[in-house]
Amino acid sequence: MSIAVKKKKKSKTAPAPKQAAQEITREPQHTPSRFRHAIGKYRVLRSDACIGCGKCAELCPHGVHVKYEGAQKTSRPKDYLCRGFHCKQNCDYYCIDKCPVGALTLRINPVVETIGDPRWTPEMILSTWDMAEHGRVTNDTLNGELGDTDGGFDKLRLNFPKKPKKKLKPKDIDTSIVLNRRGEGGTQIKIDVPWYGGGMSYGSVSPATMVGKAHAAQIWNTFSCTGEGGFPPHLDPYDYNMITQVATGLFGVREETIQRVRIVEFRYAQGAKPGLGGHLLGDKNTPAVAKMREAVAGMSLFSPFPFHSVYSIEDHKKHVDWILAMNPAALVSAKVSTPTDVDMVAVGSYYAGAHIVHIDGSYGGTGAAPDIAKKNIAMPIEYAIPKVHEFLTNEGIRDKITLIASGGIRNAYDIVKAICLGADGVVVGTGELVALECIRCGNCESGRGCARGIASTDPELSNMYDENWSTRRISNLYNGWREQIIEIMIRYGVKTIPEMRGRYDLLRHVDYSD
Amino acid sequence: MPKKYHINTEHIPPRFTPVGKFGIVDFNEDCAGACHHCVKKECIYEIYKKEGIFTREMEGPVHYLYSCMNCLRCVQNCTRAAITRVVNPEFRWLGDDYWKPDIILTLWYQSETGKIPVSGAGYRGKFSGPGFDSMWTDMSEIVRPTRDGIHGREYISTSVDVGRKVPILAFDDKRRTAVDIPPLMELPVPFVLSKPPFGDYSPKMYEAFARAAAVLETQFVLDAADITKNLAKYKKHIAPLVRGAEISKYKKLIRSAAFVELIYDGKMAANIKAIKKINTNAVVSVKIPLDVNSHRTAEKLTDAGVEVIHFTADMHGNIGKGEHPEFIKDNFRRIHTHLVDRGIRDCVTLIAEGGIALPEHMAKMIICGADVVALGIPFLVAIECRMCMNCTRGRACPVDISGVPPESGSKRILNLAAAWRNQLLEVLGAMGIREVRRLRGEFGRAMFYEDLERDTFRKIFSKDKKEKAKL
Repeated sequence: MSIAVKKKKKSKTAPAPKQAAQEITREPQHTPSRFRHAIGKYRVLRSDACIGCGKCAELCPHGVHVKYEGAQKTSRPKDYLCRGFHCKQNCDYYCIDKCPVGALTLRINPVVETIGDPRWTPEMILSTWDMAEHGRVTNDTLNGELGDTDGGFDKLRLNFPKKPKKKLKPKDIDTSIVLNRRGEGGTQIKIDVPWYGGGMSYGSVSPATMVGKAHAAQIWNTFSCTGEGGFPPHLDPYDYNMITQVATGLFGVREETIQRVRIVEFRYAQGAKPGLGGHLLGDKNTPAVAKMREAVAGMSLFSPFPFHSVYSIEDHKKHVDWILAMNPAALVSAKVSTPTDVDMVAVGSYYAGAHIVHIDGSYGGTGAAPDIAKKNIAMPIEYAIPKVHEFLTNEGIRDKITLIASGGIRNAYDIVKAICLGADGVVVGTGELVALECIRCGNCESGRGCARGIASTDPELSNMYDENWSTRRISNLYNGWREQIIEIMIRYGVKTIPEMRGRYDLLRHVDYSD
Repeated sequence: MPKKYHINTEHIPPRFTPVGKFGIVDFNEDCAGACHHCVKKECIYEIYKKEGIFTREMEGPVHYLYSCMNCLRCVQNCTRAAITRVVNPEFRWLGDDYWKPDIILTLWYQSETGKIPVSGAGYRGKFSGPGFDSMWTDMSEIVRPTRDGIHGREYISTSVDVGRKVPILAFDDKRRTAVDIPPLMELPVPFVLSKPPFGDYSPKMYEAFARAAAVLETQFVLDAADITKNLAKYKKHIAPLVRGAEISKYKKLIRSAAFVELIYDGKMAANIKAIKKINTNAVVSVKIPLDVNSHRTAEKLTDAGVEVIHFTADMHGNIGKGEHPEFIKDNFRRIHTHLVDRGIRDCVTLIAEGGIALPEHMAKMIICGADVVALGIPFLVAIECRMCMNCTRGRACPVDISGVPPESGSKRILNLAAAWRNQLLEVLGAMGIREVRRLRGEFGRAMFYEDLERDTFRKIFSKDKKEKAKL
């Protein structure tokens, strides 16, 4: 790639937002599962004894039972909507007991046990799906707040005052954050929600996933990131809300891709595989991907670790200057992982001129990484956030830089916890993929890629859903998260996100606080 | 440039049907039969096709349970919802609380393919945990990278020296060394093989281990009584484990061995002398169980001139009985630190055994102060052991470990060894460390759960004001 500066292409003003192809608003739209049978926590079975009286359909307010007009039988239960044994204990419309012929049975769905893991428990996945379908929490019997990891975010609780100091209404709450805090000019960017989408490259995820992420970012006036695979043409309408990632392989990085966006991110390391490079397996390197990456199709592509042009903070400054020479209006983000000295790295990034320091904890997502790296290298984000926040505060530069955290942020509660621990905002990735019905089987990298079509470039698999569906699911999820954050802020009695930053008193730790 | 150390791998399928994690349950009575959209045909991993071939032709071990990739497409798309999936109950019975079913499955995968496990999505386990799960290794960020990746031109060495090192050299007036330089053995990998604490033992099984040790150029520590004639060709790579009283009985074995292990007893000095008298070039190791005073024992033995100390914990890495037994890594940190404080750490080689189930445990054990680790159970699992413990109860082994063909068995062991070594390289590469000898005792390049909790959450959330101020 060329780093020559072409003066006529320099633009001091940010590009204007362009209209996306399909009009989707922030208003939640019902977007059900794309599979014939959505997975739920319970299975409701209807035996042949059913006489089709339709009583269950009349009783169930959740829509589990449906009897279409003119039909003799009641349809197969949509058991993913069922509240199960919670309904037995708390409701007077428990269909199993009310069925006049005892044709219905209820049991725990054995499939549920096979999805998810301690970090993303089956209930958290189901709760995220509920939110992605309806745009808000409709099934509050699912625990979408805490995982089962016995540490980190799962041991932190929100510490609500008995009575908030201020009585607030949803319209009083401002969930936006600013990303340029250096006070040295440059583009002022404010995003409407305290998160933006993580980098997933063209090659690792399907085009419909990429566009869905970008389009949802546009709808919510936030950002999505290209990842390290270039700027494919279907992202053209979303320049205004895209971050171009410059990673070690420099795949798809061109002067043009630096100049068309408002934020450029250097990916120095990735939390899931810190100290190791990226690797796109040959099967996923289709002709289209190879063209975008200026490589040969079918070859495995490695992003080495690290940037061999950066061995010091001074070298990093050279990188920042290089971007600003090409696009003076851009904000520069430095994405680093979390070694012991992550606090020093953050300070160095600030002095080198970065606007955003993005710390990526060790339990973050990835397209493919050795299992040994995901678990054992570098520290979880929960430790890194307060460490960096306090160090920047003691250096007197905390208010000059935006601290973004990622790597294990799964839901709205984690977002609030990360902010209370000291981050300005967060980056989310896995949550978006779960909204697209990822079950975390972990086979993103094998063979033709994701069997569910989320992280695959295979021509057949990557067409399992279209961009409207993915946009609506992710936008619904964003709406659900924002509503939950507003509810939390009302209970805290805080009006803005920065008021929560570094407020340890808004949290408690189950081991130490009580 | 010296030849690069490399362990060849090849795909060695299991002899018996492995236990898979997931089972597909197919309610045939619910199947419409003629819907023409059968999801089984659409399985992108062709699991059902393989199942069909097996059912028709009974060919080889059926892999379909083992290879279901867990995508749920068939479950969610079947017209009549006639397919469901469950966690295989047999899978839950594998191993125990420490040697979890997932560990056994990943060891099998590595033994079959020789590849390192790679997956998508993030880490899927607990935040931290007991034992080795309570520490993280650090990484180098940007300052000490390899030039072109861990398998690039730059060499990351996994060699270790086993034996006693002389702290100071002295020369006489004719410029000859005036100190005795004890024999030093170089192993290209930081592990030796050891006889597992349980197993359906047989000469064939030992041969598989010995053969692998010979190819790896490391040692297989085996009771002298178990060394039969079929192992004679691997004698340079078999370390006889003897009791003091048996030294004269196993004179022949000791004479041909490069490495001899001696079970610790009161007459240790005399016993070592007796072994050295038979074979001066043999490196002699003393095998001793760990206890709370092991650091003092290590000091005493090092001062007494012992070359190698092989410390053992139980198969779960625990030391001693009771409700809160100490874990091997914590004990080893104390031993290492104590010897460093006394200025004698480099004189002696420490081998650690017990509870090392995954390659990261090996790396973490080395960080905690071991020079070498001894592995028995992982290699037993490599030859398909399910840890059902039938052998300890006098029942038949379900996978006929005693009948393992030495050739294919050793290849599965080599596959696992290669995968472990490659994963060690990943860790070393990420840490910016070029040789495993430098990893030993590098506590500074690791992060411990108790330290991070104290410096972060305890400091922030502790109600005890005095404690908070102190932190």
